[in-house]
Amino acid sequence: MFRELTDGVVTGLAMLATVVVVAPLVAIFVYLIYKGASSLSLSFFTRLPRPVGEAGGGMANAIVGSAILLGIASLIGVPVGIGGGIFLAEFGRGTKLADAIRFTADVLNGVPSIVMGIAIYALIVVPQNHFSAFSGGVALGIMMIPTVCRTTEEMLLMVPHAVREAALALGVPNWRSVLSITVKTASPGIITGCMLAFARVAGETAPLIFTALGNSFWSTSLNQPIAALPLQIWVYAQSPYEDWHRLAWAGALVLIILIVTAVSLVRYVTSRGVLKGAS
Amino acid sequence: MEEIRISQVQLQTEPDSPDGRQPAEAGEVESSAIRTFLLSRGNSAIADRGFKWLMVLCALSIFGIVALIAVQLVKGSQLSWNKFGLGFFSWPAGFTFGSVFKAIMDSNLPQPNYWDPVNGQFSALPFVYGTLLTSVLALLMAVPLAIGVAIFLTEMCPGVLRGPLSFLTELLAAIPSVVYGLWAMFVLVPLMREHVNPWLVGLLGWTGLFSDDNPTGLGFFSAGVILAVMILPIISSLTREVMTAVPHSQREAVLALGATRWEMIRMGVLRNARIGIVGAIILGLGRALGETMAVTMVIGNSIEIHRSLLSNGNSMASVIANQFSEASDNLHLSALIEIGLALFIVTIVVNALAQLLVWAVTRGAPARVN
Repeated sequence: MFRELTDGVVTGLAMLATVVVVAPLVAIFVYLIYKGASSLSLSFFTRLPRPVGEAGGGMANAIVGSAILLGIASLIGVPVGIGGGIFLAEFGRGTKLADAIRFTADVLNGVPSIVMGIAIYALIVVPQNHFSAFSGGVALGIMMIPTVCRTTEEMLLMVPHAVREAALALGVPNWRSVLSITVKTASPGIITGCMLAFARVAGETAPLIFTALGNSFWSTSLNQPIAALPLQIWVYAQSPYEDWHRLAWAGALVLIILIVTAVSLVRYVTSRGVLKGAS
Repeated sequence: MEEIRISQVQLQTEPDSPDGRQPAEAGEVESSAIRTFLLSRGNSAIADRGFKWLMVLCALSIFGIVALIAVQLVKGSQLSWNKFGLGFFSWPAGFTFGSVFKAIMDSNLPQPNYWDPVNGQFSALPFVYGTLLTSVLALLMAVPLAIGVAIFLTEMCPGVLRGPLSFLTELLAAIPSVVYGLWAMFVLVPLMREHVNPWLVGLLGWTGLFSDDNPTGLGFFSAGVILAVMILPIISSLTREVMTAVPHSQREAVLALGATRWEMIRMGVLRNARIGIVGAIILGLGRALGETMAVTMVIGNSIEIHRSLLSNGNSMASVIANQFSEASDNLHLSALIEIGLALFIVTIVVNALAQLLVWAVTRGAPARVN
C-alpha cells in the first residue's frame, strides 16, 4: 500500500515537473511572438536605424549584414564540414582517427562561442588592425564545421550498404560513387543538417562582438565592421529607449521564425527517412 | 584496350542452352556500350587517393580548429600570465584571505579593488565566483525538473503527447541566447524584482544568503534562473536518450518481480542509465559555464563579491563580452584573454567528461547536435 502511494506521488511529481517546465516555456514563446508581431512592420526590413526619438527606424542593415556574415560562414563551414562527415562515414569507419575526430567535434560543439571570437580576434583582427565582416564570417564558419560534420556523418550512415555495393559492382570509381551516389542519396538530410547549423549560427552574438563589431550604417564591404541581427538585438535591448526595445523584439521574432522553420524542416526530412527523401 | 575473353572451350561443348542460342556466337565478348565505357575509363586510383586525402584534410580541420584556439589564447594571455601567474585567480596583492572573506560577509566593509585597469592590477576572483555560483544555482534548479520531465516523457506520457512535447523541447534548445536574454531582461527581472526576491528575503533571509539591498531584480539568482531555463532542454533530452537506450528486458524483468511503475523506473531504468544521466548533467553544466549573452544581460555587471545571492555580479564570459571591445590597455586585454583561456580549458574538460559518460551508456551511437 505504501509502495502504491509512492508510485502515485512520483507520477504526480513527474507530471508537475512537466507542467512547471512546459508552461513557462510555452509562455516565453507566446510572449515573444506577441511582442515581436506588434513591432514588426515592413519598415523593419527596409529602413535603417533612425536616431533615438524618431519613429520608423528599422534593421535593414542588420538583416543584410547577417546575410553576408552567414554567407561567408557557409562558404567556410559547409564544404569543410561535409568533407569531414564524408571521411567519418566512408573512409574512416571504425578507425581510431575517426573516433578521435568525432569526440573532438562533439567537445568543440560545447566550447563557448566567445572563446572562438577571441581566437579569431587574435588571428585576423589584430594583424589587420581593424574589425571586419570577413573576420566575423570566419568566426561563425569555424563554429559551423563540427556541427555540419556530425550531422553529415549521421545522414551518410543511414544510406544502405546495398547502394554503395551496387555502384562498386558496376565499376564506378570510389570517389565518384561517394559523391554522386551516396552523398546524393543522403542529400536532403545533409542539406537540412546544414540548415540546422545555419540556424544555430545565425543566432550567435558573442563571437561577433569583437570581430564584426556592428555598424549603425549601411555597409556591405567585407573589410569594414558590419551590423548583424543578434548583435543589434543585444545593443538595443540594453539601451534605455522604448523605440529600440520594440525593434529588438521584432528582431527576436525574425530569429525565432528562422529557427522554428529550420528545426521543423529537419524533423520532417529525417522522419521521412533517407531513401524516400532522395530525388 | 584489352578485351577480356571468356574461355571458348566450355561454351562450345555445352549442351542445349536454355534459350537456344547458337554456341558459336558466344566466342566473342559482348561489347555493350556500358562495358566499353567502363573499360575505357582506366584506373581511378589517383583520383580515389586524392579524394580520400582531401576528405582526411577536411576532417583534420577539427583538430586544427582546437589547436588554433589554444595557440591564440595562450599567446594572447602571455602578458598577463607573466605578470600575475596563478595569483590571477585568487585575491589581489596586498590582501589576505581573511580580509577578503570579511569583505564578502559584511556588505558595509569596502571591497578590495579586484579589477583595476587604471593601476594595472587584475584579479579574476569575482568572475570565477560568479560563473561557479550561477552554474551551481542553475543546476540545482534545472536537474530535478529535467529528470522529472524525462521520466514523464519516457515512461508515463501518452503517445499522442510525446511527439509535440519532444518537438517543443528540441525547439527550446535551439533558441538563441540573446532572445532568452531579451525575455529575461523584460519579463523575468521585473518578476523577480516585484515578487520573487521579496518573498525569498522574507522566507530565507535568516540564512544570510538573501538580503534585500539590491532592488534591481538583476543578480546571480536571476542569472541562475535563466540559465536553468536554458540548460533544462539539453539535460532533459539527453536523459531521455539514455533512458530509452536501456533495453526493455530490464524493465520487464523488474515488472515480472511485481514492482510498481515507479519501482520499475527506479530499479530497471534509472539504475542502469545513471552514468548517462550524470553525463547529461555534466553536459548541462558545461553549457551553463560558457553561456554568455543571457547571463550578461541579467547578472548586473558589478565587480564585487557579496554574500547575498541576490546581489549583482559578473561571470567570466560576461566580463569578456562587456569589456573586450573597450580594452585599450595591452595588459587589460591580456587579462581578458587569460580569462577566456581558463574558460576554454574548463569547458573542454567538462564536455569531454560528459561525452565519455554519455557514450559509455549509448555505446557510441552518433551524438545529437546540441
